[in-house]
Parts: sequence; structure tokens; C-alpha cells
Amino acid sequence: MSFTENVAAGSHGTPAGTFRLWLVLIVATILTWQLGESRGGGLLTAIILGIAMIKGAVIAFDFMALRHAPLLWRCLLGGWLVLVCSLIGLAYWKGITP
Amino acid sequence: MTSHALTVPNSTGPRLAGDLAIWFFIMAELLAFAVFFAAYAFTRAAHVEEFNLAQQALNRNAGAINTLLLLTGSAFVVRAVQGALAGESRRAAPWMLAAIASGVAFLVVKMVEYSAAFDHGVSLSSSTFDMFYLSLTFFHFMHVILGLVILGALWLGLRAGRYGPHNMNGLESGAAYWHMVDLLWLILFPLVYVIH
Repeated sequence: MSFTENVAAGSHGTPAGTFRLWLVLIVATILTWQLGESRGGGLLTAIILGIAMIKGAVIAFDFMALRHAPLLWRCLLGGWLVLVCSLIGLAYWKGITP
Repeated sequence: MTSHALTVPNSTGPRLAGDLAIWFFIMAELLAFAVFFAAYAFTRAAHVEEFNLAQQALNRNAGAINTLLLLTGSAFVVRAVQGALAGESRRAAPWMLAAIASGVAFLVVKMVEYSAAFDHGVSLSSSTFDMFYLSLTFFHFMHVILGLVILGALWLGLRAGRYGPHNMNGLESGAAYWHMVDLLWLILFPLVYVIH
């Protein structure tokens, strides 16, 4: 007696789609890398954290296939991403506010 | 009761890719790292100048190259999963091997980085920043090693033709763990190497 469930075709995207996402991730990383060479500051930090959040979302929702997961798990991982980036942003703001 | 009654057709509803247990484990890992990230960020808030100065000594290029390696490795893992899902388990194996190579390259770059840092006197007790830098990156380093062991097992499984649309659970679970290792680095890199 087996209880098997075929995984729906396409639930992990297509090779071409993965290539496009990879390209976005690489470009975003190079952007963060270059932004790191500048003097820093609040706006820059917000941009860098925003980029990190977008990259994290691509990994979670596309590569980890959470896009097709139940709402609870999408909220858990998405919430983690927002929470972590917000805490980092808050701590940064705290550091520049006298 | 026939087996027909127990077989679920291709489901189109929401589905978690991988075992529920691995997802609980992933959430536990993410929460542990979240605490470390927050501890770093709020300690930095009290020592901004000291942290900014110490950060300049880090090899940001090594950190960025490692980000590119992990992202590329993750994309390779997705290709392996897509191959297995298309019923081509054996043909998908080289994608997994490429992902393993990316992970090993990450470890090599990290070791070169550590070696140079140790030569410059960086240690757990040299400064608060160094303590965070070493413990955060080393904790992550250990996760990369565990992830590589898992990818190695998946590679063997793919080569044996074990995975297919009817049997994705193990492959998806291992892949999810590897993507988590990548996800953690995507936060760690800007936090420790870039933001100042």
C-alpha cells in the first residue's frame, strides 16, 4: 500500500526562468558589492537592506518553491525576512541617532 | 480498498516542497541566526565607529565572491530538482555535482580569507567586532559543510535514478536546506561586510 503523490510538473519553475532569476541575483549582488565601496549612510543602508530582502524573497519563494506552499509557510519565511531586515535597519538607525 | 483510492493525482493546491520536518528544522535554524544577526546589529549600534573601522579590514571581495558562489550553487540545485521532476534523474546528477563544486569553492575562499585574517591577528578575543565576525561566519561555515554532505547524498541518489515526479520528497528536503544556507548568507554578507 503506497501513498504517493506525484509532484505537479512545473512546480519548481523552468530552466529559462531559473536562469533569469540567477541573473537578477548576480546583478543585485554586484550592486551591493559596489555600494559597499561608498561612504555609507542611512539611505544607502536602506537600499542595501532592500536589495537583500528582494534576493532573499527570490530564494525563498522561487528556489525553495514557497510560492506554491500553504499560506502559513509563506508567511513564516516572508515574515522572517521582513523581521530580520527591519531589526537590522532599526539597529542601524539607532546607531546614527544620538 | 484498491491502491487507486490511495493515489492522489497531480495536486494543484498549495504544497510544501519537501518534508514537513525539514521545514520545522529550517525555521529553527532561521530563528537562531535571526538572534545572532540582531545581537550583532544592536551591539554595533553601541559601537558604531569601532565596528566601521574593524569592518574596513575585512576582505569584502572574498565575501562578495562567496555570495556569487552560493547563489550559483543554489541555481544549480534548482536545475537538478527540475531535471528529476522531468523524470531525468540521472541526467540531472551533473547539476548537483556543479552545486557541490560551488559549495566547495565557497569553503576554499572562506579558508583563504580566514587564513589572512588570522595572520593579521584576528581572533575571538581581538575585538568585539572580530568575535562577531568569526563566530557568525564560522557558524555559517559549519552549515555549508553539513549542506554539502546532504548535496553529496542527493547526488548519489540522482545518479542511482532514485528521484522522479513520484519521489521528490528527499530531494526537495535536501534542496530546501541548501537554499536556507544560501538565504542566511544573503543577510550575513551585507550585515557584516557591507553596511557601515
